[in-house]
Amino acid sequence: MKAKHQRLILALLALGGVAGAGVLGASALRDEAAYFRTPEEIEAGKAVVGEPMRLGGMVAANSIKRQSDGITIVFVATDGKASIPVQFTGIVPDLFAENSGMVADGRMRADGTFVADKILAKHDEKYMPPQMEGMDKAVAKAAAKT
Amino acid sequence: MIAELGLALLWIAAALACLSLVAGIIFLRGGPKDLASLVRPASVAQGVLTTAAFGLLIALFVRSDMSVELVARNSNSLKPMIFKVAGTWGNHEGSMLLWLMILSLSGALIAIFERRLREDTLVATLAAQAALSLGFFAFLIFSSNPFNRLPVAPPDGQGLNPLLQDIGLAFHPPTLYVGYVGLSVAFSFAVGALITREIGPAFARAMRPWVLGSWIFLTLGITAGSYWAYYELGWGGWWFWDPVENVSLIPWLAGAALLHSVAVTATRNALRAWTVMLAVIGFSMSMVGTFIVRSGLLTSVHSFAVDPERGTFLLALMAIYIGGALTLFALRAGTVAEGKKFALLSREGSLVINNLLLTTILALVLLGTLYPIVAEAMGEKISVGPPYYNKVAGPLALILCLVMVAGPLLAWRKDDGRKLRSRLPIAALAGAIVLVLLVIFGGHVGILPLLGMAVAGVVAVASLAPLWGRNLRRTPLPTWGMVIAHFGVAVCLAGMGAESAFIKEKLVAAAPGETVRVGDFDVLFKGVKPIAGPNYTAIEGTLVAMSGGKSHVMKPESRMFPGLMGTAPTETNEAALLTRPGGQLYVVLGQPVQGADGRADRYQLRLWWKPLVWWIWLGGGLIAFGAALSMLGRAQLLALWRARRARKEEGRWK
Repeated sequence: MKAKHQRLILALLALGGVAGAGVLGASALRDEAAYFRTPEEIEAGKAVVGEPMRLGGMVAANSIKRQSDGITIVFVATDGKASIPVQFTGIVPDLFAENSGMVADGRMRADGTFVADKILAKHDEKYMPPQMEGMDKAVAKAAAKT
Repeated sequence: MIAELGLALLWIAAALACLSLVAGIIFLRGGPKDLASLVRPASVAQGVLTTAAFGLLIALFVRSDMSVELVARNSNSLKPMIFKVAGTWGNHEGSMLLWLMILSLSGALIAIFERRLREDTLVATLAAQAALSLGFFAFLIFSSNPFNRLPVAPPDGQGLNPLLQDIGLAFHPPTLYVGYVGLSVAFSFAVGALITREIGPAFARAMRPWVLGSWIFLTLGITAGSYWAYYELGWGGWWFWDPVENVSLIPWLAGAALLHSVAVTATRNALRAWTVMLAVIGFSMSMVGTFIVRSGLLTSVHSFAVDPERGTFLLALMAIYIGGALTLFALRAGTVAEGKKFALLSREGSLVINNLLLTTILALVLLGTLYPIVAEAMGEKISVGPPYYNKVAGPLALILCLVMVAGPLLAWRKDDGRKLRSRLPIAALAGAIVLVLLVIFGGHVGILPLLGMAVAGVVAVASLAPLWGRNLRRTPLPTWGMVIAHFGVAVCLAGMGAESAFIKEKLVAAAPGETVRVGDFDVLFKGVKPIAGPNYTAIEGTLVAMSGGKSHVMKPESRMFPGLMGTAPTETNEAALLTRPGGQLYVVLGQPVQGADGRADRYQLRLWWKPLVWWIWLGGGLIAFGAALSMLGRAQLLALWRARRARKEEGRWK
């Protein structure tokens, strides 16, 4: 085998690897990527019950209610336009609070409650997730109206 | 005065970078030879001045000089001293100055230590390094000036994000940055060698220790970051496939591929264009990572404050450097002489497969990280999480591990497979035993953790196979390094598999006096008491973990940091860890739970028993240690020492 041929084979192998990776990646992305939804989108019927999803919103004021088992909470996530009840069993992150942004991983239940497996709060008060830009203001406006 | 001096030093250092670049270009275009002798000292001076500027920024934080905007926004006079110092790089501007300092110091180190390269290649390399730093000087001075003064100094600062108030902040970012930015050296070497067309074994041998060096720091940085996230976030996970973790993993994968391909180029003078390409990709991925993290595209503790102008600036810099290097590569790739031939069953062949797998994993992780950003630009908000990465990267990584242990048993150029046939069956047997035991006694175990542990068994035995039948005292240091690093992969993999497969979790609201059972432990919750730290107050829980007649006290905390200068108060959880030979017990104290009478009579507790979890970080440490041994061997310090000793011995016999 000539060195030139060997180079060609190596290049083809590399190309094949990249193409294979592309196909593998694309199919896995189609199966595994979770959509990010706002309460408004869910109310508009964009969420499929039982499908993994990410919900972003503000925790509505005075909405956090603890269940009697001591480890389950129910609260309302809002984007100023719509509200979705959220149920979560576990210890909420350090920066989770009412009137503050949060992102929950989980799925919609048929009764319209979002069941979260994991809750992320924004990491510091200077930072706002890009997906929730403008939400602070919208909520403040909504609060001012009522 | 200190802030003004710091800014002045940055300007002078930038001017020196400019000088190195211009002098280098004129010299390479056939200008006077004297210009070449300018480049080395200019690079060293640039490194010294940038380091001094960074030192001055630390001084500003230590003195809590609130007239400086950065200090006022990110520090507070009440903070413990260690966090005042570490707080210097716990923000955007400070961390970019740290980045730039390491970039400049890398240039200075090349200028001081690199003696193996041809002079014109060295000048081209240093000029490339200067060109890199020039862009980041501009970024720092024009868009992220850390020395900016406030018109009116506030009485005190806003403090540091409490999550970052941990000893981890002192070590994790600098270590990771040394690795991240250290890859710039390989990038500059590649550019330099492309310019002067000196691509061959000599160039590869010169580049090798630098690649190993930065990869060691990347490994340590990622390992430390993983442990930090593990105990600081209180989620009990050691890897989240968070985009920020991914952008540290991507350059690490590129570095791993590069240090193996550079071995082929150095030893066998093959894979030359590929090695150069990987050297360009490595630092390009560091820059992509910095861009993703710092442009505010992501939600993360690492993203600090968002400023679109900075994102655009970084994007432009990245486009210039990566685009420039790739264009140069495209222009010169054709002139790179063909490498030496080899059979598919050979050391080179296995390293080619290693490189293909590593770059494929790299591409898949990059795809998953970038996809949400691209999707968002097209109006769809998507998140890509662990299920994707485990599915695509997991199986490939396991195949990679098997190739990894076969490679060292093959000879260069071509191999008849005799060593493979004689040594691998024992390793395969070890893997099969692990697999059978797990299937019989392991209960319900996921397929990936199951295969992970079996492969760990194979790798643990096979990674030692290169030492069989060897005189261990005469085994060269790089061989030891390779064996230890590959063995570290087995340790790490075993930890990951065992933790995923056999983790035990309990989530309860417990009243004082209650006992919770998790794994083999009976954990008695004794109660809580308030305590005061230097700049926080906390509720400290006391638990007694009992197992096998022994009891251990564990004290998790829930800390409350007061809001400083108008910022909101924040809480953090400090997990309590109990390390045992078989794993770790991990306890988090959650919120108080009010009873019917409105009094807090119970507390949320989350307990995990994590079998072998600490093996993950031990493995990471072993990988870094092995790489360090290899680097020492490659830098030929030991060879020199041995030669000297041999000469002495000869003298004695005469």
